[in-house]
Amino acid sequence: MLDSQIRKQLSDIVGDTYYKDDPESLVTHSYDGTPMLQSLPDGVIYPKDTNQVSSIMKVLNAHRIPLISRGSGTNLCGGTVPVQGGIVMVMHRMNAILEVDLQNLTATVQPGIITKEFIEHIEHLGLFYPPDPSSMAISTIGGNIAECSGGLRGLKYGTTKDYVLGLEAVLATGEIIRTGGKLVKDVAGYDLTKLLVGSEGTLAIVTEATLKLVPPPEYKKTMLAMFTDIYDAARAVSKIIENRIIPATLEFMDNPTIRVVDDFAKLGLPLDMAAILLIEQDGDRNVVERDIARISEICREEQAEGISIASTPEEALKLLTARRSAFTALARLRPTTILEDATVPRSKIADMVMEINRIAAKHQVQICTFGHAGDGNLHPTATTDARDHDEIHRVEEAFAEIFEAAIRLGGTITGEHGVGLVKAPFLEWKVGEAGIALMKGIKTAFDPLNLLNPGKMFAKASRRRVVIDRG
Amino acid sequence: VANSTSTALQETLKMKLDYDQLTNCMRCGFCLPACPTFKETGFEAESPRGRISLMKAAVDGIMEPGIRFEDQMNHCLGCRACEPACPADVKYGQLIEQARDAIEAHTTQHRPWVKIVRKLVFNQLFPHQNRMRLLGKGLRLYQKSGLQALTRKTGVVGLFSKHLSAMERIIPDASSKGVAQLLGTRIPAKGEKIATVGMFRGCLMDVLFTETNRKTVELLSEAGFEVVIPPTQNCCGALHAHSGETDQAKSLAINNIRAFQEADVDYIVSNAGGCGAILIEYDHLLHDDAEWYEQATWFAKRVKDISSILLEQGRAIHYAETSSGEPPLRITYQDSCHLKNVMKVGNSPRQLLKSAANVEFIEMQEAGTCCGSAGIYNVTQPDMANQILDHKMTHAKATNAHYLVTSNPGCLLQMKLGIDKHAGNSQMEAVHVVDFLYDRIVRKTD
Repeated sequence: MLDSQIRKQLSDIVGDTYYKDDPESLVTHSYDGTPMLQSLPDGVIYPKDTNQVSSIMKVLNAHRIPLISRGSGTNLCGGTVPVQGGIVMVMHRMNAILEVDLQNLTATVQPGIITKEFIEHIEHLGLFYPPDPSSMAISTIGGNIAECSGGLRGLKYGTTKDYVLGLEAVLATGEIIRTGGKLVKDVAGYDLTKLLVGSEGTLAIVTEATLKLVPPPEYKKTMLAMFTDIYDAARAVSKIIENRIIPATLEFMDNPTIRVVDDFAKLGLPLDMAAILLIEQDGDRNVVERDIARISEICREEQAEGISIASTPEEALKLLTARRSAFTALARLRPTTILEDATVPRSKIADMVMEINRIAAKHQVQICTFGHAGDGNLHPTATTDARDHDEIHRVEEAFAEIFEAAIRLGGTITGEHGVGLVKAPFLEWKVGEAGIALMKGIKTAFDPLNLLNPGKMFAKASRRRVVIDRG
Repeated sequence: VANSTSTALQETLKMKLDYDQLTNCMRCGFCLPACPTFKETGFEAESPRGRISLMKAAVDGIMEPGIRFEDQMNHCLGCRACEPACPADVKYGQLIEQARDAIEAHTTQHRPWVKIVRKLVFNQLFPHQNRMRLLGKGLRLYQKSGLQALTRKTGVVGLFSKHLSAMERIIPDASSKGVAQLLGTRIPAKGEKIATVGMFRGCLMDVLFTETNRKTVELLSEAGFEVVIPPTQNCCGALHAHSGETDQAKSLAINNIRAFQEADVDYIVSNAGGCGAILIEYDHLLHDDAEWYEQATWFAKRVKDISSILLEQGRAIHYAETSSGEPPLRITYQDSCHLKNVMKVGNSPRQLLKSAANVEFIEMQEAGTCCGSAGIYNVTQPDMANQILDHKMTHAKATNAHYLVTSNPGCLLQMKLGIDKHAGNSQMEAVHVVDFLYDRIVRKTD
């Protein structure tokens, strides 16, 4: 519990309703979407505007109290678990769409807006905002920016970083900065906008974002290709790209994933297949038809057992639902689900899938794999039970090997979930000792007192996976 | 005192809560946008993920369950909209009932009248259909004798609470006779018999909505079903189960199972989503009862909502033609939470409504979100219930519908209350789906 003077200062800024430190509020802000992590904050605060954020930060800075900013708390890297206590700042009240600029095709929003609500608003205006993380029904744009969220459309359209043009953010001292703007070209100094995107709340608190909008594609077509051999499917992915076709979506699910998803969403998926690819192309009608025809051909060349092309938007939606429910449907197998996002260059997809299977067998754990195969971003997902300490240990060993394999194949430890707490011990594997030192330097420049989301990104020691088992 | 109570509550929570279900919640947060209290407040503790984390923290000893813990459990509407949204299939409805069951054993904070009134109503009134009838007669006397007019004029009810007085205005005329007294206990099918269905009349339904019950039976008969109304059936026990009075709920369930087994029916039909949802879960309610579990499964498998049995098994009903040139009637539908989220019936009532002659069906925004009635929630938590109702009525008014159709008595009363409060001068009227359909059919001659 914080000193009563400080609590009063915080309450005075936001009003009594919006500063809470009763046990119920602390418990319900002690976790995020990551399994097995829990740590209580000292208080929870809900600011309504940038000035309140700034005032809060001034108080916290003066008293050296950590601040963890968050949206809905759905991240999968332990990014918003308050491991060193402090104040959790929930951005939900700052959820306005401040402007949609139809001349410059930009939208300016507050960070607490729900991703899906924003996307629906934009679509009603005949525009398109592509980043679509699986949690978009509840994730916030601010959270997406903090984690640089990806999604199903990343392959063709890029991820959140490709759509953030400008930011307003509050520094640890309470000062307010503005970066970028409604500008396609802007080389005035270091690119702080891009630096803040994906900085996981460790550098500043984003309080406003200007986002790039694009015209929606005119036509879409969705198809499914089924394979009896998992390696054929992975090879087909690489070959589609090699043939210079960039589909809007190119998703992969292995057999255990197919079974669980079908059981959950009752879609009538082929349960006897080793893997299926879900492919969507969008754009000019002729190009889409030609691409889908060519992709079908490639899949057949790679021994696809069956190909079905959605003939109506409803059928297409059904196929997309299949992939969207994958992560969460896997949770029905066992009580604990650990979802990782090891990523490799597209050309190495088949090798990576082989490695995951080998490693899972070696450690005797169940790992189902699905993911954004088109951009090399796989989601090897372990289904386990947090109460079985021996099994959890084997799962962790397996994942360490999977990260090692990904890096060996020219990939990375995380494609879109972020480093947070759970990948921190592995970060050095990817960026090297000098890379870590440089990143720490950047952190110090922004936040010399280490108040913003402390304990994330940089581990005390490399390699050992941090697990706080109380949750 | 608070400490020893919370320790005792913690022990009971440990016993009652299903720890596997608590572990199965992986905190993905997908339930948050489905939860009415989270949407209203924006506070995580007011969400299903938050409430489950509180239950788990209490069991794990991270937190002492105090008064705010109790409040949080009681704030939940029990609409169960979080269950279809949950990818991990966490049985939230069971968890919240287990938590309330534990709280019920220890709470110190009940205003005494809540406990007394609830005991009286739940144990002495609802289980006894004859007493419900008597209450109906009393209510009818009140309504017809001029006493109602008098209390309204003098504002006596208004003295007690603004909310109660609003409720008093929308309570429909009670009937002194139930559906079985009006139609008998066995009503033949019109034309060739498709199946024999047992009519679950409901305790409140049969006093305040007897006409709806009568029309339900007649619609079933029109559609080709022989209808039996087992006279020994009683209250479904839903309100008991939701409020933590599990033992009473179980004994009501056993009585109903016995009544319908004796009647030897193919289906058991309910016209109230709130009742249907507990009827269909009698197997869960009695899962640890060695003697009754099997019969409970027999019962649960046969439970159908009126709209789905009419649509799926019944013969098509014929609607009266409206005179040509008449503009189509605008109608909209408010889901009953338990019908939609537990019985998984959302499409059938809409299909049936759309099939009526000359109607224009307008889908209301957030039609699937709870209206705030939620059993007795609008009596125990009037502030939150009113806030939710205010939002609901904004969406209802936007449809500009003539009829706001629902399929549960609680929702129906809440919608009437909403119209009375927000759309008093509009033409909007709240009706049960059965009444809407029945009033538009051409009846076969016997």
